[in-house]
Amino acid sequence: MSDISRDTMLLTTPFHSRVEAMCDLNDWGNWMGYTTPNAYFDVELEYFAVRSTTGVFDLSPMNKYRVTGPDAQRYLDRLITRDVSKIGIDRVGYAIWCDDNGQIMDDGTIFRLGEQDYRICSYQRADDWLAWNKLGFDVTIDNESEAVAGLAVQGPTSCTVLTLLGCTDLNQLKPFGIAHYTFEGQPMMVSRTGFTGDLGYEVWVPPETAEALWDQLFDRGHDYLIKPIGSYALELARIEAGFLQANVDFMPAEEVVRVGRTRSPFELGLGWLVDFSKPLFNGRAALLKEQANGSRYRFAMLDVEGNKPAEHSFILKGDKQVGTVTSAAWCPTAKANIAYAQIEMPHGAVGDELVAEIYYQRELHWTRLLAPCKVIDAPIFKSPKRWQTPAPPH
Amino acid sequence: MNQYDAIVIGAGHNGLTNGAYLAKAGLKVAVLERNPYIGGATVSRELHKGWWYSNCSYVSSLLRPEITRDLELPRHGLQVVSFGGGATFMRNGDHFGNYSDHDRHYREMARHSKRDANAYDRYAADTSLQTKLIRPYLMRTPPDPTSMKPRDLRDLLEFARSFMDLGEEKLLDTIKFWTASVGDYLHEYFETDVIKAHMAGSGIIGTALGVYSPGTAYVLLHHYMGDVDGNVGAWGFARGGMGAIADALSKAFQSYGGEIICDANVDEIIVKNGQAAGVALKDGTEYKAPIVVSNLDPKRTFLDITNPSDLPKDVLKKARNFKIRGSSGKLNIALDGLPVFNGLDPRNRLMAGDLHFSDSLERQERAYDDWKAGTWSKDPYLDMMIPSLTDPTMAPPGKHMMSVFVQYAPPKVEGREWTDEDKDGFEKSVIDQISNYSPNFRDLILHCETRTPREIEAEVGLTEGNIFMGELTFDQLLFNRPFPGYAQYRSPIKGMYMCSSGTHPGGGVMAAPGANAAREILADLKRPNTVPGGYADD
Repeated sequence: MSDISRDTMLLTTPFHSRVEAMCDLNDWGNWMGYTTPNAYFDVELEYFAVRSTTGVFDLSPMNKYRVTGPDAQRYLDRLITRDVSKIGIDRVGYAIWCDDNGQIMDDGTIFRLGEQDYRICSYQRADDWLAWNKLGFDVTIDNESEAVAGLAVQGPTSCTVLTLLGCTDLNQLKPFGIAHYTFEGQPMMVSRTGFTGDLGYEVWVPPETAEALWDQLFDRGHDYLIKPIGSYALELARIEAGFLQANVDFMPAEEVVRVGRTRSPFELGLGWLVDFSKPLFNGRAALLKEQANGSRYRFAMLDVEGNKPAEHSFILKGDKQVGTVTSAAWCPTAKANIAYAQIEMPHGAVGDELVAEIYYQRELHWTRLLAPCKVIDAPIFKSPKRWQTPAPPH
Repeated sequence: MNQYDAIVIGAGHNGLTNGAYLAKAGLKVAVLERNPYIGGATVSRELHKGWWYSNCSYVSSLLRPEITRDLELPRHGLQVVSFGGGATFMRNGDHFGNYSDHDRHYREMARHSKRDANAYDRYAADTSLQTKLIRPYLMRTPPDPTSMKPRDLRDLLEFARSFMDLGEEKLLDTIKFWTASVGDYLHEYFETDVIKAHMAGSGIIGTALGVYSPGTAYVLLHHYMGDVDGNVGAWGFARGGMGAIADALSKAFQSYGGEIICDANVDEIIVKNGQAAGVALKDGTEYKAPIVVSNLDPKRTFLDITNPSDLPKDVLKKARNFKIRGSSGKLNIALDGLPVFNGLDPRNRLMAGDLHFSDSLERQERAYDDWKAGTWSKDPYLDMMIPSLTDPTMAPPGKHMMSVFVQYAPPKVEGREWTDEDKDGFEKSVIDQISNYSPNFRDLILHCETRTPREIEAEVGLTEGNIFMGELTFDQLLFNRPFPGYAQYRSPIKGMYMCSSGTHPGGGVMAAPGANAAREILADLKRPNTVPGGYADD
């Protein structure tokens, strides 16, 4: 549906005609060069669709790269920090990839579609990086970003709705599993993945069937209270669920200009994704050194007192500034005031008591608030539905 | 075996909250419940297979976020889900929609009156000013204006200062606001009947007063001062019905070692030498405790379960005169599908909000006239919701559950008790009202639970079926709630306390009375306080 003839600055996704029809607020943003809705009708209600019914998010602008060939697994094993062989066929793995200095480039999901057949789904564009890393490997890399349209279908009734759409036995699919179906004569891939922390799926189809998918999804989902959600609602859900966001919680290493602004996996609380038992991967030597010598920063999830989100706050220990907040929100389901912060070592260990210096404006008047906060080890929001198999009906 | 540090009578949300904070402080606490199920008026019941009714209280906004967070109610399963907007259907086939988006709301108001649409911002600012005065006091014990204790003097001074800081004009506005009728208050801003009527509803809900009765402007405020996630004035549903609130509170209470005993109908509070000593049940069982907390309304507390010889005459008199008049009823309806209303696309999201049918203050006042005449309103004011449009667990897919709050319904019909025929007549007036605006409604009804004040009093124990456990008029608010001299949760009997919605800050499923009472009890016991303070206002 891209309106190429007019060559607009922003493109539209394969779902755009349907998205536009439902975007009551007519409130649009630019995501990765695509016109995408910030909100459809009410950010709060869209967020609650994810937590109580089903929310549908158009994630077509995500970057998708197909990696195939005899060396596909070896190639990925050098590229990412975790052990790719542990991702089985029709399984998805969350992954990060670093530069040679052990600094994070991006995070994303690796879909294993066959023996030597993978798809990387990333927030950032990675054509250049993937191409340089190909040297010496017998692999083919295809940018499938425009060839695959995707919808995140997330929330307690999502399994029921997709089952009605023809996804037989979907409730048996385990978290991070992949199932294959046919929709309108075309392949439709469903993965039990998402960015909301709730029961949810991502549905991947060729662009030709995108509009039909949207229509049938909303038709089948009507009685299950399906609603479209925009990027603002997703942002709230992902902070509550504890997911990091590139360009928000860390800077992609190759885009950083100023010294010291990159972060390593250890500095983002992602050390569990680093597998040193692999003989070689990008950044391994640097990360080993960091492990031995210590990191500069620590990722801290903060439970902040009061109800003022600690957006862009400085974090203090006593009088000393020891960190800054990257993401913060009052979390509507957990009823907690959560912030993610980058804290200078040695501060920020779990249980550490810090202070968030919060600034907020009311009627042009700025108030400075010193809110005590505590480092917690995991998000307060936990949906048991996310991990249950068989998936619950609502 | 039956010995406790504290006994709380009534497992409604305030009793459970109170018990949770006492247990959290290390006390051995039992909450006794007369019914075989907990929740009081905060309950979900499957009265028609597959349909769950929040058959008393039906929406949540006032539940204090400080308590939700402190008692970790989300971890114990509570999920409050916002709903947006609402509408009043008009006799001419049109409607007035209340949109959550400011600009959409402006356009909808402007469709009826540009001037009203513009005045709305002034109305919203003035009303917010009033909510800002009261919100800081929700999680606090009201100061006693006759006391010379430092705490009371300090709090009174602070209270006075927040009023004096307003400046002369706003102070005068405030005094007027606290004594005005909601109708007169709205006249100062709006010219359009349906707009005024839509907003006036919040001024009469749960109150045996009409839109032109002085004091109803405050009742409007009481419905506006809550919030869902910081959106002041927003309302939500508890996923799974209001019983989810009681369930989560009970789990929190039990996680601190508290014990809930159902089917325990208290006959009398045992008092020995002027000191509470426990309770005796109607079946003769006794539970002993030096602290007894009543979560029953003030009338039942002092006139039903306390021996009058243990009480000063003054308190008996005040309890007798406590204003707790029944004014409302409720229909809970299982529907075979979604009703269609004249003039509104059924896909419009306003359908998931609060829906009404009284399109003028005149009609609302006439509805009150019926109550004064001792009968139910023939043209009733309805606060109607379809929670199953927001919460998929309330009814089977494609089917719906409807909650209809009805005003007015008198506690007695023309001076005598309600009969089953009266109840049928009351039900008919409500179903007729809805059917007048919805052609397919009547055919969709699968089951209907009708509750007049008689049923609400008998099943839930709210005197006269008054949902707030006492009217929210200025003579019964703050240091006057429930009565002057007894507004700090203590009864005249040592060791006996009150924690119900009949105490400050009143009803509406806030849980603040239960928490505030626990703070006072722990202070008397010289135990560390476990009750959180209120979030600072901004």
